[in-house]
Amino acid sequence: MPGNVGRAMLGPFADQAAVDVLNHEMGTDRPVLVQYADWISGFVTGDMGMSYAYRSPVAPFLGTALLNSAKLAAVAFVLVVPLGIFGGVIAALYRGRPTDRILSVVGLSATVVPEFVSGILLILIFGVWLRWFPISATWADGAGPLTQLYHLILPAIPLVLILFGYIARMARAGMIEALDADYTRTAVLKGLSYPQVIWRHVLRNALLPTISVIATQTVYLIGGLVVIEILFHYQGIGSLIYTAAKKKDFPMLQAGVMSIGALFALTTLLADLLYARLNPRIRFGGQE
Amino acid sequence: MTDTTPALQFENLSVAYRVKGVSRPVLAGVSLEIRKGEAYGLVGESGCGKSTAAFAALRYLPRNGAVTAGRILIDGQDIGQMAPPALRQLRRQSVAMVYQDPGKALNPSLTIGRQVQEVFELAGVPRADWAARTVEILAKVQISDPQLVMGRYPHQLSGGMQQRVAIAMAIASNPTLLVLDEPTTGLDATVEAEVLDLIQHLRRELSTAILFISHNLAVIARMCDRVGVLYAGRLVEEAPTAQIFNAPQHPYTAGLLSCLPQAGRSKDQAPLATIPGFLPVPGEVISGCVFAARCAVADDLCRSTEPAFRVADGHASKCHYPERAGALPVVAKAGATLRMAEQAAAILQIENLSKSFGDGDQRQRVLRDIGIELRKGETLGLVGESGSGKTTLARCLLGLLQPDMGSELKFAGEPLAGRTAARTRDQVKSIQIVFQNPDSALNRSHTVRRMLERTISLLVGLKGAAREARVQALTQGVRLTERHLASMPRQLSGGLKQRVAIARAFASDPQVLICDEPTSALDVSVQAAILNLLADLQAETQVSYILISHDLGVVRYLSDRIAVMYLGQVLEIGPAETVFSGPHHPYTAALLSSAPAIGDEGAERVKLVGALPTTAQRPTGCVFHTRCPQSIPGLCGSKAPPQIVLEAGHVIECHLPADALPVRG
Amino acid sequence: MNTQTAAAGWRGDLRRLSRSASFDIGVVIVLFWVACALFGPHLVPYDPFADDLLNSLMPPSFAHWFGTDQLGRDVFSRVIVGARDILTVAPIATVLSTILGTALGLTMGYFGGVIDEALSRIVDAVLALPTVIVALLALTALGTSNITVMVVIAFSFAPVIARTVRSAVLAERGFDYVAAAELRRENTFYILFIEILPNVLPPILVEATVRLGYAIFTVATLSFIGFGIQPPSPDWGLSISSNYGLIGGGFWWTVVFDGAAIASLIIGINLIADGIEGLRHD
Ligand SMILES: Nc1ncnc2c1ncn2[C@@H]1O[C@H](COP(=O)(O)OP(=O)(O)OP(=O)(O)O)[C@@H](O)[C@H]1O
Ligand code: SF4
Ligand code: SF4
Ligand SMILES: [Mg+2]
Repeated sequence: MPGNVGRAMLGPFADQAAVDVLNHEMGTDRPVLVQYADWISGFVTGDMGMSYAYRSPVAPFLGTALLNSAKLAAVAFVLVVPLGIFGGVIAALYRGRPTDRILSVVGLSATVVPEFVSGILLILIFGVWLRWFPISATWADGAGPLTQLYHLILPAIPLVLILFGYIARMARAGMIEALDADYTRTAVLKGLSYPQVIWRHVLRNALLPTISVIATQTVYLIGGLVVIEILFHYQGIGSLIYTAAKKKDFPMLQAGVMSIGALFALTTLLADLLYARLNPRIRFGGQE
Repeated sequence: MTDTTPALQFENLSVAYRVKGVSRPVLAGVSLEIRKGEAYGLVGESGCGKSTAAFAALRYLPRNGAVTAGRILIDGQDIGQMAPPALRQLRRQSVAMVYQDPGKALNPSLTIGRQVQEVFELAGVPRADWAARTVEILAKVQISDPQLVMGRYPHQLSGGMQQRVAIAMAIASNPTLLVLDEPTTGLDATVEAEVLDLIQHLRRELSTAILFISHNLAVIARMCDRVGVLYAGRLVEEAPTAQIFNAPQHPYTAGLLSCLPQAGRSKDQAPLATIPGFLPVPGEVISGCVFAARCAVADDLCRSTEPAFRVADGHASKCHYPERAGALPVVAKAGATLRMAEQAAAILQIENLSKSFGDGDQRQRVLRDIGIELRKGETLGLVGESGSGKTTLARCLLGLLQPDMGSELKFAGEPLAGRTAARTRDQVKSIQIVFQNPDSALNRSHTVRRMLERTISLLVGLKGAAREARVQALTQGVRLTERHLASMPRQLSGGLKQRVAIARAFASDPQVLICDEPTSALDVSVQAAILNLLADLQAETQVSYILISHDLGVVRYLSDRIAVMYLGQVLEIGPAETVFSGPHHPYTAALLSSAPAIGDEGAERVKLVGALPTTAQRPTGCVFHTRCPQSIPGLCGSKAPPQIVLEAGHVIECHLPADALPVRG
Repeated sequence: MNTQTAAAGWRGDLRRLSRSASFDIGVVIVLFWVACALFGPHLVPYDPFADDLLNSLMPPSFAHWFGTDQLGRDVFSRVIVGARDILTVAPIATVLSTILGTALGLTMGYFGGVIDEALSRIVDAVLALPTVIVALLALTALGTSNITVMVVIAFSFAPVIARTVRSAVLAERGFDYVAAAELRRENTFYILFIEILPNVLPPILVEATVRLGYAIFTVATLSFIGFGIQPPSPDWGLSISSNYGLIGGGFWWTVVFDGAAIASLIIGINLIADGIEGLRHD
């Protein structure tokens, strides 16, 4: 933990004695490695230490923030997964034709524009001019699920835009591979109708790889949360990390980052399990 | 049969593909007819349009392909005019297709049962009967436990089994026409033989007409009633099978037949005939005969006027001078080859060579106690099915893989280290290789000159003018020209690339050259030239070859001695002619009988039982006992067989008494 | 026989690329912003840094095409000159990450075994965290400056490139020309850089272009949250960050043009990447 934490918190004009006392109180006058080992052992046992900024335990803050972010992420995922897959499938079915071109360029553009740019545009249009949605994602205490959802729609859209392109692109690539595969030819030559070919033989093989991609995208989604939560004044894990960074609140910052790493490991694992479950080649091992 | 409507008719069919906006014709005015119940073979080298013809027959051309002229009729109906529902009906009932690589032809995420069942569903069979019909059809393709196989996924079956399933799906609706596009290419020799047997057996049972496509003349000879020869998208000859093979009436067909290495011919007698030049590029405008540029008997008429497709006595040929085909000038060997001294000194000694991959439970012994001696100036042929460890053996000899402890290699009497890095420069330069696939062996971003120069500098240590002289000598040695030196690999044809690879291998003047399937990536007409080149270079330099090949004809032509491998063990080794004439090891007998050869169509085949085991579950006793037709119960499964020495240098590992060993004439 | 030469191959590729409309649009957009970054300060009508408090928050007009901001500075001039910092930081970061990632990827792919295992762990660890979070963490520790932003982006992008290169190298490693090189006792450096590298350049090129898009994305985002390019630069992300509080009051022109600038530049770069990628798969 670099820098003088006490000084950072109390500001350049505080009395040196006060700084020393604070540093001692928080243990930040000990060697860095000792502090770090101490903190890691705490994290593993569920004790995430004390926030420098709030002078109170980190864990409760983290819990609320994770829950809030999960809500936002869930709204985004529920919207984007079917949308992205649908877009990719359609693009593949109309490969090389205008529909495909348009979907590809739109998807690409949506994916690469930073969330804060699309977010501000959305706030401007739907929040300021049309007044359809609130411009802050934070709801009043005790608000019901529908109100919460209402507040989350607008912030979720930039995340949806970012992910749409990825998922659609993967789904398209998977579809095209499956459409060109010999087994699809076999199905057509059996005399199945086109919809039957797609439904029975293409889709399942095409969408398997997309599953793993969706899982890895959670990481980028969390990255996006930082910006979205700042922009929409939402108390989630992103804004927690951001605030902690601004205030050099290292225990909070570390706890936030570690939990994101853990989350990533978890989603990857789940995706692998799901993939294995759906893929007979993994489920049933090799040739006998 | 009273119905004389042909099962399939191509009327003046032309097909083209659009590539980068340009239309490239691949079939030009092909007309042919397949009668009901007839097996028609279509042969030709890669790229001549065989598969295009097959897909056209099912109206399933690739997205960028289109019929540009002519008609296709199945059972008298023009399939070009069919609306989608009629086309689907046609595919459900009247035509079916089986293609190469059965592993990819089956849907990886559905069970075999569901995939086969679908055919009955589409044929309108009541749901209650699907399962029974599936069992029945799987039994028909000689799958011994249909119930079990129905619950399996494709990846759980061997290649041969997968192809049986694909065939079952194709014949389930008892179609009028069955298109088989290289159905056995890529399968092992013994498996290929089984699948071909099955197809022949089914033909007798069903009345289906068959369009059988292959690049392998011997397979076609065995399977078909009539044969069409395709060259550069044109049908150049068509006749009943016997006539094509005995009295070809087109110089191309005659050339193809004579450049195949055939039984009883070896490098010591005469070089193989070759067809010079290259296939025309698709789309190239040719005014006269398409074959004129490569034809030995072409004249001005040929170069200016396209010959007509003339039929006489059921034998058609697209040539101005069909009678000249039989009298092609035969190339005679200039000088006599030096016959290898009978007891030349051993140059490479391999003793107890073993190689394992993996650790613990995963440990697989891919090579086991190999002992072979390679003599100076000889060619040792190495045969065996895929997975028998031929390539692994080659890589161990080269030092690309470290053999297991206890293995012993000696070069010129000196011990040879396991890895290239630990060998002396002399040893490294003396043992080199020509890889199977020149596209993989040549760096695609380096020029030919650079590859040769670098090898010479590093291994021979020549610089400047001396190096240049060596480059020139090598180039001439493999019959390349100065122009080729500046080329990148992708600017060269397959045959030229393999010449470059050979030149590079000879750059360091090796004493042992391993040739791992040196011609399997090449067309027959090019193969002959490469084999001749290898034979000439050996005569010049006294290099020893280890020749790995699955093509017994090639091995027989070039080899002085042959070793037969099975699951990483040598089961038989001996002089080439004795190994071919017998007595054989039972496995060798099976291998020889499964290779189709022209003029050998009627011969009885030695049938193996069961599938090839893996090295992970190496059978005890004799490794071959799980499949051996002559296995002795109670002995072969438990006790390792002794070595029978039949005559000088012909050794067979088997429990059978010498006079009970199989002999094939 | 194919008689096309290597040079004609390149020119052919270029000709085919330029026939793709989206690739052309991408090139035009990117060239426009590069020109703005290079010559912008000499071309703009106003000094982008000059306050004019009497004329603050003026809507777009003939005098001020894009209006003025809180301090009365000309938004148009600021948007044009705003291309400068981001088009310095992002490309340098990309080049650094490409060099680093390529070296890593070549090493991992060629040597395999323990080296590959160890490096893969590190790569996976870096990839398990979103770039923005890694950057936040690092910039909090190191302090923010253009240099640190470059270094942080270079390090957090290198693993992605390393992965791409690694899988390309693994494929090349299986080709026999590498075995052939070993059989003439070629040194490792030659095998890696002269034999293998030229063959894996195309995927590296595509990945680097895509990464450039992301580098711009990341720099803009970091600037927006105050960890990137610092005031008084007219950088787009930074401008949006200091003005977006005003949009509730209807002063849309203080953010919209900067946003459009960011979006167009990134989309332009990705259209180029897409064109090159498409070429490889033809
Ligand atoms: N690196 C490796 N790791 C594990 N198994 C291997 C490896 N290389 C080869 N094998 C196994 O060793 C056996 C023999 O392989 P090898 O390629 O030498 O056979 P081959 O006779 O040359 O086959 P083919 O004719 O198909 O080229 C196979 O079962 C193969 O799967
Ligand atoms: S027409 Fe002339 S060139 Fe063509 S195959 Fe016959 S003889 Fe040869
Ligand atoms: S030892 Fe027995 S099983 Fe093996 S080849 Fe001889 S007879 Fe067959
Ligand atoms: Mg092999």
